[in-house]
Amino acid sequence: MKSLMIILLAAMLTDNFVLSKFMGICPFLGVSKKLDSATGMGLAVTFVMICATLVTYPIHHGILVPNELEYLDTVVFIMVIALFVQLVETMLKKCIPSLYSSLGVYLPLITTNCAVLGVTVLNIDNGYSFVQSIVNALGGGLGFMLSLVIFSGVRKKMEYADIPETFKGVPATLIAASIVSVSFMGFSGLFN
Amino acid sequence: MTYVIPALIVGLCGMMAGILLTVAAKVFHVEVDERIEKIGEALPQANCGACGYAGCADYAAAIIQKGAPTNLCRPGGADAAGKIAAILGTAAADVVPMVAVVHCNGDCNATQSAFVFDGVQSCKAVKRFYGGTGTCKYGCIGLGDCMNVCEHSAIRIENGVAKVTPALCGACGQCAAVCPNQLIEIKPLAKHIDVLCSSADNGKVTKLNCKNGCIGCKICEKKCPNEAIKVENFHAAIDYEKCTGCGVCMEACPVKVIHSCEK
Repeated sequence: MKSLMIILLAAMLTDNFVLSKFMGICPFLGVSKKLDSATGMGLAVTFVMICATLVTYPIHHGILVPNELEYLDTVVFIMVIALFVQLVETMLKKCIPSLYSSLGVYLPLITTNCAVLGVTVLNIDNGYSFVQSIVNALGGGLGFMLSLVIFSGVRKKMEYADIPETFKGVPATLIAASIVSVSFMGFSGLFN
Repeated sequence: MTYVIPALIVGLCGMMAGILLTVAAKVFHVEVDERIEKIGEALPQANCGACGYAGCADYAAAIIQKGAPTNLCRPGGADAAGKIAAILGTAAADVVPMVAVVHCNGDCNATQSAFVFDGVQSCKAVKRFYGGTGTCKYGCIGLGDCMNVCEHSAIRIENGVAKVTPALCGACGQCAAVCPNQLIEIKPLAKHIDVLCSSADNGKVTKLNCKNGCIGCKICEKKCPNEAIKVENFHAAIDYEKCTGCGVCMEACPVKVIHSCEK
């Protein structure tokens, strides 16, 4: 139980996908302008991460390893992720059209989001058990959402800031992202 | 066997995903009103925003979902309104064709430069720099911000002043929004009499700065049979709702600042 807790918090804070491993930067910068779309994106990514782990773990250990086909990991994992992204897209279009249109192109982009593929591959590489894998995926997803939500707050403040002309727009956003990342460095050494 | 099993596994995964997605697509099917798509095709796709919506697709959706008027598209004009009405099965609403007009005629022969500006060659930049290079601070700066923003190539700079070609103008109003001196107005195409000066200086100063300026003498105001022309802020302005296009003011004007912009 204690190890599960550590995995969860490590995936959320110390090894945060966006701010410590710089994975999944594109939705982090693209969808963090508004709080509700940031939350929606975070939930969508969390859902895809957990579902993908639920499916890829049995596929890897039940089908690919016995047949010595580990080299198929990437292809099969991407297929599974694409399946769930498409599923989320169809569901959102039906149930929450406003969120669907505010996420725009970033929703299908979850398919090639390195954070999602990263979770599934890292679960295998770290030799996690099934339960540990799911907890890791949950932590990764929640950590992703946390960084998006925090950053959407930062960007809201930045709209009112007096930024020098040359830094306006993307440069200022990237600098702010680096400062948020520095703050997450403070979590390192939390678990020893 | 070394080739068959991987192919089978990938193939099976793909098939399962395909089946699941087909089921999901059926369960979560969203009805899209096909009229929205048809109206989108009838619109000119200029995405100019003159209708007040975020673009042609947004306007098409607003017509169906919010009952927006069908005659708001200015670039499309009566043609687009007719097509939309046909799709909806209603009578076509009246469309008054509009056009942009530049209220300045201070060309290079009529007015002078006060100084040379070497900075960014845009009207907006020049305007911030002592109000513009010309001696008249109300007139056309002539660097073509309006020309650059025009999607219909209807504006050209002729002898230092922006001119609109009515046949090309879509009346989207982007030029009016970008002009730092607010010289451009969107007005009904049929009303062809225009005052080509916006100077708020008094008659003496205006005359000093520009040969083509309105001196605010009010002769046009007195001569107009329909009370359609008024002098305010030292220059005449036409109320297009009252103007009948008789041309009396044009002939009466001592400085010839009122023009018929038909051609």
